[in-house]
This record gives sequence, structure tokens and C-alpha cells, in this order.
Amino acid sequence: MQEILKQSNNPEICKPLVEAVIEKAKEFEEKFGRKPAFMEVCGSHTMSLARTGVKPCLVDHVNLISGPGCPVCVTDQKSIDAMIALAEGENRIICTFGDMMRVPGSTKTLLDSKIAGKDIRVLYAPVEAVRVAEENPDKEVIFLGIGFETTIPILTLMIGEAEKRGIKNFSIWMTTKLVEPVLRYLLDAGEVNLDGFLLPGHVSIVLGEDSYKYLVDEYHISGVITGFQTAELLSGIYKLIDLALKKEAAIVNNHPSVVSKTGNLVIHGWLDKYLTECDEAWRGIGIIPNSGLDLKPEYDQYNAKKRFTVEIGEPRKTKCRCGEVIRGLIKPNECSLFGKACHPMNPIGPCMVSAEGSCAAHYQYMRESF
Amino acid sequence: MEKFINLAHGDGGELSHRLIKDVFVEAFGGGNEALFDAATLNIPGGEIAVTTDSFVIKPIFFPGGSIGKLAVAGTVNDLAVSGAKPVYLTCGFVIEEGFSISDLKRIVTDMANEAKKTGVTIVAGDTKVVERGSADGVYINTTGIGIYEENIGCSLDFEVGDAIIVSGSIGDHGVAVLAARGELGIDSPVYSDCASLNRMLGEVLHNTNKVRIMRDPTRGGLATTLVEIAEDFQLTMKINETDLPIKEEVEGVCDLLGFDPLYLANEGKAIIILDNKEKEKVIDILKEFPEGKDAVIIGEIIGRGKGQLLLETPLGSKRMLNRLSGTMFPRIC
Repeated sequence: MQEILKQSNNPEICKPLVEAVIEKAKEFEEKFGRKPAFMEVCGSHTMSLARTGVKPCLVDHVNLISGPGCPVCVTDQKSIDAMIALAEGENRIICTFGDMMRVPGSTKTLLDSKIAGKDIRVLYAPVEAVRVAEENPDKEVIFLGIGFETTIPILTLMIGEAEKRGIKNFSIWMTTKLVEPVLRYLLDAGEVNLDGFLLPGHVSIVLGEDSYKYLVDEYHISGVITGFQTAELLSGIYKLIDLALKKEAAIVNNHPSVVSKTGNLVIHGWLDKYLTECDEAWRGIGIIPNSGLDLKPEYDQYNAKKRFTVEIGEPRKTKCRCGEVIRGLIKPNECSLFGKACHPMNPIGPCMVSAEGSCAAHYQYMRESF
Repeated sequence: MEKFINLAHGDGGELSHRLIKDVFVEAFGGGNEALFDAATLNIPGGEIAVTTDSFVIKPIFFPGGSIGKLAVAGTVNDLAVSGAKPVYLTCGFVIEEGFSISDLKRIVTDMANEAKKTGVTIVAGDTKVVERGSADGVYINTTGIGIYEENIGCSLDFEVGDAIIVSGSIGDHGVAVLAARGELGIDSPVYSDCASLNRMLGEVLHNTNKVRIMRDPTRGGLATTLVEIAEDFQLTMKINETDLPIKEEVEGVCDLLGFDPLYLANEGKAIIILDNKEKEKVIDILKEFPEGKDAVIIGEIIGRGKGQLLLETPLGSKRMLNRLSGTMFPRIC
């Protein structure tokens, strides 16, 4: 496996691929009088495209637009404020992914609360939260359940583990998001002209190739399921241009070693057992019906939103344009705050904090060209 | 003897006396020095180097080392990369009430073994005990004294074209310690690179006077250390992603968890910047030592006047590397 990954970044393979993509893109531009435009809908793709140099190499030939793929970034400000307020309660241990710590709330961050003495723990393996609960029976342990289809199965695994061990002091604050509803929103809104989607390899392991049929059937737009290594990204983009040139719409599985047609049915079983669709509020968009998953009523004892109430005011207004960044309407450096008032040490919006955020990727990897 | 440290071990009385005699003097020797409030040292004429470092790593025992080994190697390496020959160490312990004396003995033995290996003598020490909950197990501070030998050292007269060498794979310590904390949810086969480098680096300096600078890329990793050198001396440096020595296991963990090996800590690696003409010779010297067997050239100085570190990707594009910023890694050293 490591050997395959190594080959996927081998310059002797990747450099000719860049040339091939550029040739194909030129063909497109000659035919249609504009650059082809594709959206990556996954924060890991956003980071990989910038880090590997694929995006900088193609910047003059292909318009790669980052979409709503970073889970922290798409979470609306009220939800962020609610999670920060949650940590203020007494006798609580908040467990979270590291990305959340420095996301700016309207008045403070979780890091501020941790420094002020609140027990907030960053976990790399979320299931650890169940162990934390077991070891601290006199405290309420709450996991901040942010994520797309890649993370949601882990949340159900945690509930299963808590059930199995009979742990009563564990719950999840669910603010999960689903890919399909937001893609439909973007396509229905028609604010961005796209020739196709670079679809996320890991989300697709869960969802399966067939789950994207609506893109072709209802919107006549292509999607290529793609991995995260340099050669995979380049070949995914090549296939998207090829389809766009032929004006064909299709779903191409460019990651067949791990993505099947139906997705992971065992995981689908977990999701069906514990979760039900719910409305979710998205940053810069508002509520999209049935765009998230919440725990079914029979699991209310693990649902932090049912067990704890938080009081929050109206979110602080800033000039942050994260909402437009995640809809693909502007590039990070088109925000007046980018690199000035807003930078990784002083983020104004979540896109500058998260390891998957468009602004963080642009700041870290593409702020200057050499 | 008691099995656990209690507050009386730090009160300066009978138990303190027994702890020093049975644990520290037993391992470090120097019973005579322990009779006085200060050690008297023989230092040859000329300049000396002094450095100090505190060690708060969790867990205190990890694959490839312990807080004791690290407390000696870390300080020895700070002296060695400065071009000095490490000769003396002092150590200060802050121990939490309830800490196991057998673990303390293990740590002190590791320190004594590492000191012996490196040829330094531990000449002074101090022990404090704090109430349970006021510290996490044990913290150690070591101060190191090194001597500069005549005509041996780093010149700092950088030139465009100078080569950048790293003495082996990067990120091993960071991954080993994070995995040993049991929080990653993975079993990692990675061992910390924790090792004293003074003999190897001494050998380099005795065979060339064309080394410009040496640094050990500990916290903040290779990238942060190189950015510091670039900014401090206003150098534009370029390193090549394809030349970076990264173990497959480390790369795998980084891919899974979103770490960048360029920013992970090392505890047994040196960066050596030197005259391009001397690079092959120095690589050969490094490769004679187990700590340097994977030494490799990773880049060069490409310009002056602008303190910048660039990374060339496998595709040939370049991007700027910055210091590690705001990532909350747990205690790793």
C-alpha cells in the first residue's frame, strides 16, 4: 500500500500528468473560450491540491474552486457559539477534534475557556471520549460531533461503545452535515458555473459510487471520485476535463481500489440504527432541510442537545466572508481580512483555522508564488 | 526504602539525604561533590558553552527512550550542535508526591547510562517534591557545560550554494511519543530517535572547518528550525520534498492523522549547513555512526537578503514554509 502511495507522488509519473492536464485544459479553453471550472467538495482535497502543488501548477489553466467541504467551516456561527457555551457548564468534560479549539466564537474560543480552567480535551481517536466518561463517572462527558459522512460513522461507533459498557455520563452534541443536500443547494442556487465536481475519496467509501447518480440524472453534471495523492488528483482533473470537453455527464470512480458501487453497507447499517435526518444550519447559507443527521429519539440519553441547554445571544457580526468562500463565490484572498486582520494566529473565521479550511490552505501554501 | 516519594523526601532531612545517597549518588557517583553546596570543576582556558533545558515529556517512558535519557541527550545535543564538547551536566528534579521510587531509579539509571555513553559527568543536582496534583509525575531540568576546542566549530560564514544535510529520518520522536500516549487509537511501530549526537558531530567538526551552522530540530521540527536559521541570517533556503527522509511508518501515521512530518519533533537529529564541496565527505562521516546512517542532503542556500525557507514539491512548484503556528501538540519533550 505504501509503495502505491509513494508511486502516486513520484515526480516521473506526476510531471507528465501535469503536462497532459494542461494540454487538455488548453483544448477546452480553445473550444469554449474559458477555463474549465471544477469544485472540490472536500476539505482534504482542498489541502492536498494546495500542498502537493497541483493547484499552483494548474492555476493558469484550470479554475479549481473550493466548496463546502470543511466540516468546521460549514458549521454556522450560532452552532459554534452554542458549543463554546456548552463548555461553560459545571462538572463537564468537553471532548473535541483539535480543529475546534481555535475557531472564533462570538465572544471567545474553546481554547480561551480551556486556559480559563475548563476541562476541554483534544482527541485524535474520538472513541477515547467513551473511556474518558468511564474514568470520570462524576462528570458529564460531551463530544462535539462535527463532521460529514466520513466522521459520522465514528460517532455511531461511540454510541455503540457507550451502550455496550453501560455508560450513562456520555453524550454527543450533534452538528453533522451531509454532502448531497449541500451539492443540490449549490446546483439549485446556480451561483457558480461548474463543469464538474472532484468528489471526495473517503466520503465515497461510505456512500458508494451509485450515491452520486442524481448529479448526472437531475443536473447533468459530472463527478469524478478521487483520492488524495498527487497522481490521483491530476488524473481526476484530467478525467473531468475530458468529460466536459465531450459535454458528457458521468460519475467516474477514479478510486476503485477502496470505493465500491454501493458504499460500505455495514456502516449504512450503523447509520440506520442510530440516526435520522434533520435540518441543519450552514454558514453563509442558512438552514438546508434534511442536510444533517441527528440521533433517533430512542437514543436521547446520548443526545447532548436533549440533555443540556445553552444560552447564546445573536452572533457577533464581522467582515469575515467565510460564507462566500465555502459557497465558492470568492477565493480566500478576495476577502479584505485575508492575511491582514485574519491569519492563522488570529483567525476571524473558521476557514482560516481548520486544517481543512480554504483560507488556511491558501494562506499556508499559496499566499506567495515563486 | 519506601516505595513511593512523599513530601519528606524533599524536606532536606533524613529522607532527602537517603534519597540522594541511594538513588542519585548511587547512579551518578560523585559522592564527594554531594558533600558540598557547589561542585568545583576543572575547565581548560578559553570559552565555554552553557545551555539549559527542562523536560516534561508525557509519558515518561516511551519506545526508544525515557525522560531520563532525553534529559541527558537533549542538553548534550544543544552543546554539540553549538560546536562545543559537552563535559558536565547538572540536574534538577521536581517530583510529584506518590511517584514510584522504582520508576525514579529507572529514570536515573537511564541518565547515568546516557551520560556514560556521551562522556559527560553529572556534577550537581537538586530534588524538590511537590504535593500530589501539583506536578505530573516528574520533571527534570538539566544544565550542560561544554568546552570549545581550538579551531573547532561552526563558522557562520554562509555562502549561496551551501548544502543542507539532515542526519536521518524526521518526525520519529513526535510520532513515537504521541502514539505512546495511547491517544491516537493506533499501535505505532515507530521508535523515538532520542540519542546523543556529540561523538558524531565532534567527528564532523574535527574533519572539516567548512561547517557554517548546526542545529537540532526538536520542537517545531525540521521546518521551524530551518525557518529560524533563514530569518536569523537572512538566507533564502530551498529544500526538496522528494529528498526528505521520512520513514514509511511515520508517513502513514501523518497521513492518517493530518500531521506534517516537517513539523514533528526529533530528539536525535542534526541539521548541518556546510560548504557544498564538503557535503559528500561529511555524509560519509555521518554514515559511520548508527545515529547518522540515513544522513542525506535535503537542499541548499539559494540566495541572501531575504529570510525564507522554500519547499520544492515533486511537481517542481515551490511554496514557502513557515514556523509551526498554533498547533497544540501535547507535551513531547
